Amino acid sequence: MIRRMASVLHARNLEFLRDRGTLVFTLLLPVMLVIGMGFVFGGPQRPLFKVGVLAAQLDRQAHPFLRERYVEFVPMPEQGEALHKLTHQQIDLLVDLRQPPAYWVNTDSPKGYMVEKLLLAAEPGAHRQPVTGAALRYVDWLFPGILGMNMMFSCLFGVGYVVLRYRKSGFLKRLHATPLSAFEFLSAQVLSRLGLILFVTIILYAGIGAIIRFRSAGSLALLMLLAVLGALSMIALGLTVAARFSSEELVGGILNLLTWPMMLLSGIWFSLEGAPRWVQWVAHVFPLTHVLDAARAVMLDGAGLAQIAPNLLFLAITTLAFLALGAWSFRWRID
Amino acid sequence: MLAPGESSANRTVTTPIIEVRDLVKQYPATTAVAGVSFTVAPGICFGLLGPNGAGKTTTVEIMEGILPPTSGEVRYRGEPLGTRFREEAGILFQRTALQDFLTVRQCIALFRGLYSHGLDVEEVIRLCALEKLAGRDSRKLSGGQQQRLLLAIALVNDPAVLFLDEPTTGLDPQARRNFWELVESIKAQRKTIVLTTHYMEEAELLCEEIVILDRGRIVAQGPPRRLLREHFAEVLLELPRPEFPEQARQLPLRILETSDRVEITTDDLEETLRTLLAAKVPLTNLRIRPPNLEDLFLELTGHELRP
Repeated sequence: MIRRMASVLHARNLEFLRDRGTLVFTLLLPVMLVIGMGFVFGGPQRPLFKVGVLAAQLDRQAHPFLRERYVEFVPMPEQGEALHKLTHQQIDLLVDLRQPPAYWVNTDSPKGYMVEKLLLAAEPGAHRQPVTGAALRYVDWLFPGILGMNMMFSCLFGVGYVVLRYRKSGFLKRLHATPLSAFEFLSAQVLSRLGLILFVTIILYAGIGAIIRFRSAGSLALLMLLAVLGALSMIALGLTVAARFSSEELVGGILNLLTWPMMLLSGIWFSLEGAPRWVQWVAHVFPLTHVLDAARAVMLDGAGLAQIAPNLLFLAITTLAFLALGAWSFRWRID
Repeated sequence: MLAPGESSANRTVTTPIIEVRDLVKQYPATTAVAGVSFTVAPGICFGLLGPNGAGKTTTVEIMEGILPPTSGEVRYRGEPLGTRFREEAGILFQRTALQDFLTVRQCIALFRGLYSHGLDVEEVIRLCALEKLAGRDSRKLSGGQQQRLLLAIALVNDPAVLFLDEPTTGLDPQARRNFWELVESIKAQRKTIVLTTHYMEEAELLCEEIVILDRGRIVAQGPPRRLLREHFAEVLLELPRPEFPEQARQLPLRILETSDRVEITTDDLEETLRTLLAAKVPLTNLRIRPPNLEDLFLELTGHELRP
């Protein structure tokens, strides 16, 4: 069994590596995207003081500091979430003006330093609690999205169209006449694509990291595990789509039907915080949403295995479900 | 003519390697195979003949385990088709595409890796005279070279039974003859070959036994020479159809007309020639030849075998 899988895997790898056009495109597109996005969004932050206020609603009359000009005050009912934003310099200062007054300042933030002076002028006795953390640029937030998007396209279209091409050309029918089983064939396709995706992702991670110093706070091993499970889940989804059909138009349509909602709702380009609950619920049906949520948690916040375990579990379960569905509905030949 | 399922002398003394029993394949609009039974003795070249649409490829694909029958069964060495059959069968389909960007040697190595036993890749390359092409991209082969590669792939597991589905269709005469020589060398190794073809010359040259299919049914079965002997007198006269006068069609002769010629079979050549001369039939372009399988098909079905 291993020998048969290895033969198919080796041949598929050779086929891909010699297809120079596809290889170059696979590597070049995400690099171009990230460089472009970094160029557009990676510049210095706009000079604006933004202060979080621990309160359900903002009452400007409650304290003289809240009447300062050129400062945007944002009410924040959750202290944990507010501190998270302060750590990433998404706000410059966090204040609790109830008695006794206290505030949190990010000592790595120049704007935090400035706005702290304003607060102390209005409230000299406030209790200071320092935090640290580099500013979160859009490109830091975007980078996992780009990696995930590249992974999604490579998984779905790469595997789906390859299997479809093999079926239409009769190559699958020829393989069917050998002792090779559907499971062995599908496993070899999954492994070949997985190896390619991991290789490309590592190259991108290292290469783009050298160009744009993006934030990566968490464990690389955990990111690798996430990449493996995320790729497996999406490859299995691609195989399921291509398992039965012989029409390029139909398979292309189904793949587009899957990729476009993922492009819009999985959080590649923007966060879904604040979107209606049903949109968030729909988004969490997609494997890519779980990949990106977990990747950002690891890269931006240094999350550990326990924090992203639900995402990993979702990816593992969907991998098995998609593979089972794909193997069950697999057709070697055009009916 | 032998009834379907009737044994030839060859098969009565040996256990068949393949048995086909009451095979039926129905599609929504048509019945491709309508109750076909025969056996294949080991070590022979067995031919499945018939025009396009006769049910040859459907029958052979059911025999190969690629297509499920609607009813009936195929047994290999007395057992239903299974792992042993897949390990021991070599198959050359009518049309097969291989993976892109692989060389001839890599294509053969890929398939060699799918079998637990077989020949060395280099040996298969030598057997099929592919030495000079081994490093070439498989997509850049001529038709004849491509068929040799597909034959090499079919031989890579050193098969006990080899299926060749219209292997020389579309090849030029020289490439076809080269392919026949390869098949002859495989036959010399006492491998069982199941050959489908609509080239009668191919079947007469290579097959020890044939089944002729028409519209999904067997119309004749047995060794080619015996079938010809049973169905034909000694000679066949052929005349261009435009030169055959209308009144001559009423002559007391066994006359068959095709699209371009008139064929007369006879066991008394002199008497037939006298009859034709008396009827003032022009004999300038007369051709006298022994009957072949194509004539047999025409005799049995009333229509031509050519696609």
